This record gives sequence, C-alpha cells and structure tokens, in this order.
Amino acid sequence: MINAVGREIPEEVLKATGKKVFEGAYAYDNYEYTKAAPTVHAVCDPKRSKMVENIHEALVKCGIKDGMTISFHHHFREGDYIVNMVMEEIHNMGIKGITICASSLGKAHDPIVPMIEDGTIVGIQSSGVRGKIGEAISTGKLRDLAIMRSHGGRVRAIESGEVHIDIAFIGAPTCDEYGNMKANGGKSDCGVLSYAVVDAEYADKVVAITDCLVPFPNVPASISMVHVDYVCVVDAIGNPAKIATGAAKPTTDVRKIMMADYCTQFVINTPYFKEGFSYQTGVGGASIASTISLGKIMEERGIHMGLGLGGITTPMCNLLEKGLVKTLVDTQDFDMGAIESIKKNPNHIEITASEYANPFNKGAYVNKLDFVILASLEVDVNFNCNVVVGSDGMITGAQGGHPDTAAGAKCTIVIAPLLQGRIPAICTNVTTVTTPGETVDVVITDYGIAINPKRQDLIECMKDVKLPFKTIEELRDMAYAMVGEPDPVQFGDRVVGIIEARDGTIIDVVREIKDYEFKD
Amino acid sequence: MSHPYKKRLRRSMMFLNCQKPGLIKDPYIYKPDSIMLDLEDAVAENQKDAARYSLYHALQEIDYRGVERVVRINGLDTPHWKEDIRVCVAGGADTIRIAKTESAQDVHVVEEHVLAAEREFGRPEGSTLLMSALESCKGVLNALEICKSSDRLIGIALSGGDYTKDLQTTITGTGVELQGARQQMIIAARAAGVQCWDTVFTNLDAMDVFEEEVKMIKMMGFDGKSLVNPRQIAIVHKIFTPTQKEIIFAEKVVKEIDEKKALGIGVFTVDGKMIDIAFYDGAKRTIDLAKASGVYEGDL
Repeated sequence: MINAVGREIPEEVLKATGKKVFEGAYAYDNYEYTKAAPTVHAVCDPKRSKMVENIHEALVKCGIKDGMTISFHHHFREGDYIVNMVMEEIHNMGIKGITICASSLGKAHDPIVPMIEDGTIVGIQSSGVRGKIGEAISTGKLRDLAIMRSHGGRVRAIESGEVHIDIAFIGAPTCDEYGNMKANGGKSDCGVLSYAVVDAEYADKVVAITDCLVPFPNVPASISMVHVDYVCVVDAIGNPAKIATGAAKPTTDVRKIMMADYCTQFVINTPYFKEGFSYQTGVGGASIASTISLGKIMEERGIHMGLGLGGITTPMCNLLEKGLVKTLVDTQDFDMGAIESIKKNPNHIEITASEYANPFNKGAYVNKLDFVILASLEVDVNFNCNVVVGSDGMITGAQGGHPDTAAGAKCTIVIAPLLQGRIPAICTNVTTVTTPGETVDVVITDYGIAINPKRQDLIECMKDVKLPFKTIEELRDMAYAMVGEPDPVQFGDRVVGIIEARDGTIIDVVREIKDYEFKD
Repeated sequence: MSHPYKKRLRRSMMFLNCQKPGLIKDPYIYKPDSIMLDLEDAVAENQKDAARYSLYHALQEIDYRGVERVVRINGLDTPHWKEDIRVCVAGGADTIRIAKTESAQDVHVVEEHVLAAEREFGRPEGSTLLMSALESCKGVLNALEICKSSDRLIGIALSGGDYTKDLQTTITGTGVELQGARQQMIIAARAAGVQCWDTVFTNLDAMDVFEEEVKMIKMMGFDGKSLVNPRQIAIVHKIFTPTQKEIIFAEKVVKEIDEKKALGIGVFTVDGKMIDIAFYDGAKRTIDLAKASGVYEGDL
C-alpha cells in the first residue's frame, strides 16, 4: 500500500505489525485513546529493602524470562555501560528472545551483536542504531522487524500500550536506596534523565542502576522512588569522558560557517524572529555555528529568546548566561558545559521526553517552537528527509527528535552540504523517508537555499533578502551535474526494519542490504 | 587589441592548493573574484605531477561560474615551470601567475612558452593572461619594466614572505617593512596601466587586524589582495565595494560635470564639496567598481 509520502509499504508488514500506513504529519490530531498501565507490585512493608547485590539478582527478582521486552535510556551516549552489562548477564543466564526497547543505541553497544546472532536478542526498537548493530539489522541478522521511532514517538508507543516494557533498567548518576534518581552529583553525570521517565512510569518492573549511592532522600529526583522496584550499585555506569565531552570548539570549516550564516540571515528575516521567540538546534558544526552567529545578532538588536529547547550544547548555555535566553528546557545534554549549566542555572530546567515531543499527549514543547535547525543525510525534491539509513543502504543514524521538532516548529530549517563526499545529499528520492517533507520548510546548502513551495509566506518575506535562493530541483540538478545521478541502492526483498512516524503509522520500511550487482 | 578581461574586477584572489582536490572542486561557492590554483609552494616537491593532473582535470571539468582561474606556476629556477605552463594552457587557465619575477625578461621567457603551448594545444594565441609576483628587492625595483613587459600582463602582486626575507627582516605586523614595496609597486602599476595586489595575511585569528590592513591597502590604491582563506573574502569585498553613499555622490559628480560642462561652468559644488573636472575619472571609477561588484542600480 502506498502511503502519504509515496512509499510502498508491503501488505505483509502491515499485517505482521497491525500498523497503518502514514497518512500525513497531523492526521492523528485529536486522536482519542486510553493509556496503558503497568502491572505494579506494591511496597507496603517499610522493612523491605529495594537493594539488590548485583544485576543477576535484579534480573531474578524481576522474573526475567524468554521473550521479554526490556528498556534502556541513552543519556550516557557513547559512554554507556548499562546496556552491555545487563545484556551480558541475560546472555549468561541463557535467556532468549529478548526485545530491546531503547531510546537510542550507539557504537558503544557493538558488543551485543553476537547476542543478536545467537537469538538472545530478537527485537530492537530504538530511535536509531549506529555501528555494528546497524549492520546486523541491515544484513538481516535480527529475527524480528527493527522499529525506528522518534523520541516523541517512543513515548507515544509506550503510553498507548503499543509496546509494553517488562523491565526497565535505568542508569542513574546518583540514587538513594529507595530509588530516587538524579542525573547529577555522581561520577558519571549526564545532566538530565528525560528519556527514562516514561520507562519508569510504564514498565512493570523498574531497576535503578547507579555507581553513586547517596543518602536518602536524593531530591529533587528526576525519577521518583514510587516507580522503582530495585536498586543496584555497580562499579561504573559509564565512561564520563564519553558521556560528555568538553564543549566542541566552534567549527573553522568555512563551508559550515557559510551555511550557518545563510541560516542566521534566513532566521532573522522571518516574522518569527522577534522578542520571546523559541528555538532549537542540533549538535552539528553548522548548527552550533548558527547559534553563535544568531546570538551576536540577538545581542545587537536586543532580541531575547523566550525558549531554547532540546538537546542542549554549551553555546546555548552561553546565551542563557548572557541573559539572551529566558529559559532553557532540556531533554539531553551534549557536553560538559550543558551539564554544568543545568546544575547551577535555575532557568535551565529538565523536562520529560513526553513533555518534549510526545505527539499523543495534550501538547508537547515542540509544538511551541518557532525555529528548529536540523541536519540530514539526504533531502529529496519533496523535502522528505532521511536521517537513519546511509546512502549505501546501511542503517547508520537515528531519528532522534528530528520528525518531532520538524512537525512542531513554525519554521523548520535543514542544513546539509549539497554533496556528502561523492554522494548528492539533495536527490530525487531519499533512500528512506524518516521525516515527511510537509514538515520541512527550508533546506540550506553550500550552493543555495530552497524554500518549500508550500510555504509561499516564507518565499514572500524573502523576496528582497540577498541570499542564494534556488528551487530544490535546481539544487538537485547542480548536485547531479557534478557527481552524476547515483544508481538506486540495491536492496534484497526482505524487510528488516520499519521507520515509524510519530503517530505510530509506517512512513517507510528498510530492506535487507544486498551486494551491488553490476549490469552486463 | 588587448584582452577583454585584462581589467576585470579582482578584489579577492584566493590561493588554493592543487594537491588537494577537495579544495579546488568548488571554491566558487565562496564567490571570490579570482582563485589562484597553486602548483608552487603549497605542493610538495614530489607531488608536483599529481597536482598538475588534478589541476588539468579541474580546469577541464569544473564550471567555476565566472570566477577567474589563475594558476601559480613554479619559479623559473625550478625544473617544473615549463610543464606547468603546458598544463595551464592545455587545461584552459585564464591567467598564469609567474612566481619570483625579477625582470621584464622573466615575463618574456614565460610568454614565449605560453605562446608555444597555445599553438600546441590549439588555444587562441594571446588568450592566456599573465601576472607577476614580485618576491625580491630586485623584482620590486624593476616593477615598472615588469608592468610594461607584455600586453598579456594584467598586473603585479606583492609576495611579502619572500620579499621580507630578501630585505633581511620579517613580517612584523606593523606593515612598516612592506611600506616601500607597496608604494613602489602601486605607483609602477598605475604608471603602466595595470593592476596591483597586496600580499597575503595569514593570521586567521586576527580578523580585525586583517580588516585594518585591507582598509589601508585600499586607501593606498591597490586593486585587491591575495587571500589564504574563504573567510577573508567577505571582508575584502565589503571594503572594496563602494557604499551606496559613495555611489550616489559619484553619480551626482558625473552628472553635474557633464551638465555644467555644457553650460561652460568649470567649478561648482556638490553636497557642499568643491568639484571640478579633476574629480570626473575618480567618480567614473567608483561607478564602474559598483557595476563590477554588482551593487549598482543606477542608469549611468
């Protein structure tokens, strides 16, 4: 069946998953549903301890068995030890058929690949995967369909009962013996625990894992003891050097700086750039350069940002310190500067992933965004973006908050160099659609800027602005003129993963990768 | 008749290392007036051939979208320059920059080989322009004869690093060591009716100092500057492009002089400033520069 972004979703996939095809970014507005609920074991007896000796005991007490779904968060990013630690114990216990429902997985989790191969792990649901897990899925090693969901989509899936978590393992930089968890104050601080809140609220069993047990009560807690069944102390929950690096030095790459300048010029010429505007940007070189150059103009013109949202980096915190931002609302910290900021600045606050981006609650922060500045591996002439599957067909990235913020913001700007090496980033059809083009307003490349034709209002207000405007087709043609039009990636028939839209419908599928066959 | 592009706008001439294909594939996105594709100092001695290969294919395959393609060839005291010239001409470079020029004779030698290459590769005779880098005291002293040496020669550029070595000093940051060369060269260039460019500024962390230097060389009369990084382009263009105020004033001067001349009036005032025919060429040049920079919207 063909969906609203023109992708063929095979009937057998629809049948196997019970899902529907994507009908448009806002098709589920006002959708009515009843929330799921976890099965809870009450703790009435004040003498009962939640402390367990080790992960093994936690697993036994939680009743781990074949076929369960377990969950993790990714606040420790590439420094995470929790996923590997828990999976190794599950593997040692001979448990099979596990589905991992993680807010994201990275290269740090390469060691679980053999468990995919031996059937310990049969399902992966994540914002995305990188490294060897991506290769394992793309080469058909995972038994079940992998499901890629946005950060907001994951909360929706859990709260609506589409996925039910049996046991949530939540790494916490500090925790007390009754399960009050905080993101800071330990040796592996990660700033916030936003993504893990829904796991705590909706999993049947919740295990807090910490390397820094602190006296009761550990408050104000990011995640409260009322959700926590067991507390386990381990030597280390992560590698601090990889959880948060020092602030990235502002890029000196002139190409990125130029795209950032185009972006800033665009932003300040829209009607949304006014006192109290709201803004989110990513962690890439051009995004950070945009924040820095926008900050200078805000200072010159005396315009303040009312809300800075999302994954937070040092340059945003610097704007907060300077008084140019009123409130930073945080779901993830990308560097030490961001972590230090949330510890000390009362106007830098932690929110849950549901508050951030869940399309099925009663209104998330993303809906209040004026601007979001995003990146993309590929953008096609319909403005569809692909941030998950490499142009070689291999799963290699994550949706993150891309589709959520794009759908929410009044002005969604995607920055991408026209060519990624020899691969055109602006193309006729993206390898995989992960963010629908109807939610993408502007594409900024090093060769020119294209405004989505459905945004005639933006085209009108840029009429006298001296920026290199082109149509998206012109940008694609320039790319193809330089490096040629690539042959489509050759996939096998088997579907190995689905790209879920925010609302749980299927926006695209990912097929098994196949070695390139040359034509005679 | 001289080459139609001999006097084109050349505010920014950006150096790019031919040894790095990633650099030469699309520098036009930064919109310099000219790029200087370097076969000389930036290219390792044992990579000259590879750099020529990249250069040839870049010149042949890439649409540089109107940006002038200058190639800096190796010095006449090296074994490389003759093959460099053949590659430049075969590829269709717009201009060849002669390194370490010390005399009119140096230009003549290069010109001979360029002509031979134009014949060899079937390119129109005289189509390849030349410019000279002056990198020694002797070269600077011979600036006038160099400027007058060939109809192909578009101008001269100061190469401050080698020049200060020859002068037995260093680049001090004050500009005092370059004063003499700058003055001598711009005077010689203007006397011969060719263009003149200032040396590179390499400290990318001192953009404010760079900006002051560009302002100074513009006041001295230079046509532009050699650059090492795309970040420098916008600053040079900003300073070398007439402001709207300057353009409007120049327009008034040109129009008034034309009108008053017909009425037999020689001296008059425009916006309170005394104006006579001596201001005419300068005002015309401002309009021409505004047109070449793409900022002129008037009807002169």
